[in-house]
Amino acid sequence: MRHGKYRFIVGFLALPLGLYALFVVWPFIQSIYYSFTDWTGLSPDFRMVGFDNYERMLDDGIFWKSLRHSLLFALVLPVVTLALALFFAFMINVGGRRRRGGPAISGVRGSAFYKIVYFFPQVLSIAIVSLLFAFAYNPDSGAVNSLLRGIGLDGVQPLWLGDPNLALWCVMAVLVWSTVGFFVVLFSAGMASIPAELYEAALLDGANRATTFFRVTLPLLWGTVQSGWVYMGILALGAESFAVVQIMTTGPGGPDYSTTVMVLYVYQKAFRDGQAAYATTIGVALLIVTLAFAAIVMRLGRRERLEF
Amino acid sequence: MGSTAHHRAEGVGRRDLIKRSAALGLVATPGMGLLSACASSGGDGQEKAEQGKKTAKNPLGVNDTAGLEFVLFDGGFGKEYAEDAVKIYEHDFPKAKVKFAATQKIQSTLQPRFNQGTPPDLIDNSGAEQMDMGVLVGKNQLTDLTALLDAPSYDDPKKKVRDTLRPGIVEMGQFDGDPVWILYYAYTVYGVWYSQKALDSLDAAYPETWDDMLALCAKAKKKGIAGWTYAGKYPYYIPFSLYPMIGKVGGREVLDAIDNLEPNAWKHPAVKACFEAYYELYKKGYILQGTPGLDHIQSQTAWAKGKALFLPNGSWVENESANVIPSDFGLAVSAPSGLDSSDKLPFGTIWASGGEPFIVPAKAKNAEGGMEQLRIMLSEASSKNFTAKVKSLTAFNGGTSGITLTPGLKSGVAALEKAGSNVVNPRLQDWYVQLQKEKIGVSGLGEMMAGRLTPAEAIKKIQAFADEAAKDSSIKHYKHQ
Repeated sequence: MRHGKYRFIVGFLALPLGLYALFVVWPFIQSIYYSFTDWTGLSPDFRMVGFDNYERMLDDGIFWKSLRHSLLFALVLPVVTLALALFFAFMINVGGRRRRGGPAISGVRGSAFYKIVYFFPQVLSIAIVSLLFAFAYNPDSGAVNSLLRGIGLDGVQPLWLGDPNLALWCVMAVLVWSTVGFFVVLFSAGMASIPAELYEAALLDGANRATTFFRVTLPLLWGTVQSGWVYMGILALGAESFAVVQIMTTGPGGPDYSTTVMVLYVYQKAFRDGQAAYATTIGVALLIVTLAFAAIVMRLGRRERLEF
Repeated sequence: MGSTAHHRAEGVGRRDLIKRSAALGLVATPGMGLLSACASSGGDGQEKAEQGKKTAKNPLGVNDTAGLEFVLFDGGFGKEYAEDAVKIYEHDFPKAKVKFAATQKIQSTLQPRFNQGTPPDLIDNSGAEQMDMGVLVGKNQLTDLTALLDAPSYDDPKKKVRDTLRPGIVEMGQFDGDPVWILYYAYTVYGVWYSQKALDSLDAAYPETWDDMLALCAKAKKKGIAGWTYAGKYPYYIPFSLYPMIGKVGGREVLDAIDNLEPNAWKHPAVKACFEAYYELYKKGYILQGTPGLDHIQSQTAWAKGKALFLPNGSWVENESANVIPSDFGLAVSAPSGLDSSDKLPFGTIWASGGEPFIVPAKAKNAEGGMEQLRIMLSEASSKNFTAKVKSLTAFNGGTSGITLTPGLKSGVAALEKAGSNVVNPRLQDWYVQLQKEKIGVSGLGEMMAGRLTPAEAIKKIQAFADEAAKDSSIKHYKHQ
């Protein structure tokens, strides 16, 4: 029996572990290996160069800039997106005024409609969103500056993506806009599973909306917020930030490298400059940043799980 | 299975299971290395086709039964011109099977094949996914095309292919030394593009000196028209008129020194004078409002709508913006204005060079076939076919008589005639892509034209970038011959 149990477990785990090893772990190991070579990515021959790529990376000003921007993405985006999403979700589900004869807890008027509207951006691919916003940010005839002119602010016509001080924030705003809806829906689902009696009890004790939110909703939703945080951070470090920067910004990479991020730099080194080995080196740095981010979030977020 | 307590004593707990499988995973991974092959190890290449007999009709000695594989970049020029040329190849070698493919994804489809040593026989390595030429040459991945250049031309057996090409084409295919690695098929004229109609309405001719340029911009400004606009998001369009201006003011040596990454090349007085001239456009408000935030299409559209007079660009603009350029626009190109009469080269000095780089990989099965296909494309008939279909010149010198030229093309031909031998060909954009586009273009010129750097600061910054590139051992360096 005991023997059979092992066979049973191994039988179930072999395939997923094998796939994981082949498609996730193995490429990681390969790229770490390539980061010690001078492989160009355009010919099969290369040789080992030791730590040359790493030394070069530490001296590379653009690498540091991209690292700084990526870290900023990973810090600012989750905070802003999750805060907005929590606020919207709370208003949609809990924040409404008490109506005579209605349930004790309900969302603001028209909340069903808002829920759908917030989710709209989610059905558009990030490439389309970026392109739309690139048009909107056009300083000459784009929607944003036209709006400013329309309300009489003729003197305020920023260059948006063309201005090194604004470009990065413009890009972040697009990511917030396109992802906030997903988290509204996610948190709404989480809030729906919080028993109404808890809210009723809080109301009876005279809690206002803010207190209800911070004392009841947030603690009970903590697990969801935490996974949302990790997800959002990975999105901010990975493919999503690449897409918006690559499609929208000057260069791409922004005026005076003001929007370049690590993923974009990896891509440019590997597929534009024919320096695949150096690109994998930056990729290794990105791996470390991502792992550190996940570890920190998990550590900070560790709390007693509330059962209800 | 028994209770939990019991379980812990005799079986595998949940925690243990996770720990053990993680350990197993760690052990298993290095083992995988033995099983799966390295992504870049690949094979030793493919077998070469046997050479055919060299005859007058077949000077390259193409094996008439060997297959030919031709991959074309399917961009602004389309694929029809190449398909037509393939038909001629098939006609000349009826026993050969030609596999023709057109794609925009040059790098993603071909990079793995280079890594495996099984590339096609002829490639148009162009577009956003262009493979880095410097690396391909540096890693001995290309065939020397000298045999093709020394072969008799398709039309006239007494003339070598080399002698039928436009100026600069052969030189552009060289990287260091004599071998010619690339054949640029299209021929692009860079310069200042404008609407003849707009200039007529201002009673002006194209200004030959910078004072005239500023005067004309002032006149246009009074009418609410900006003097200039450019692809603000891709400021490496500015050099299309700025570099030949530097060449005109200071002579070819200045541009050569810049290309050679010589110390202090950017500190030459001619460079400074030209930078200051362009900065003047910004300072006097002659640049279209919001230009630094426009991409190439947006700036071309604003210019085609008459919001600005001048646009630094290449001859592809006629095709690219065809749907926004009004029919009575009177599209024209001019060589850049100089400073004054003390310039080293006469007015008319222009930048023209090859586009659409064709390469024959070193490990191609049928390299002779690839070269023969190029020889066919460089015939007068094929060249005319290209010009008529896509409104662009080819590397073949001539081939414009007997077909109706579009306004932009006509003006390009006239500008080339006026330039005569005063054609400059700066190489930064094919030798050092990152330096040219990102550093000099976006971080240097882009910042200066947006008013965030003074000319002196821009020059200092660009010189530092160039010095950095000259010292960088990870990129291959080239020199003008």
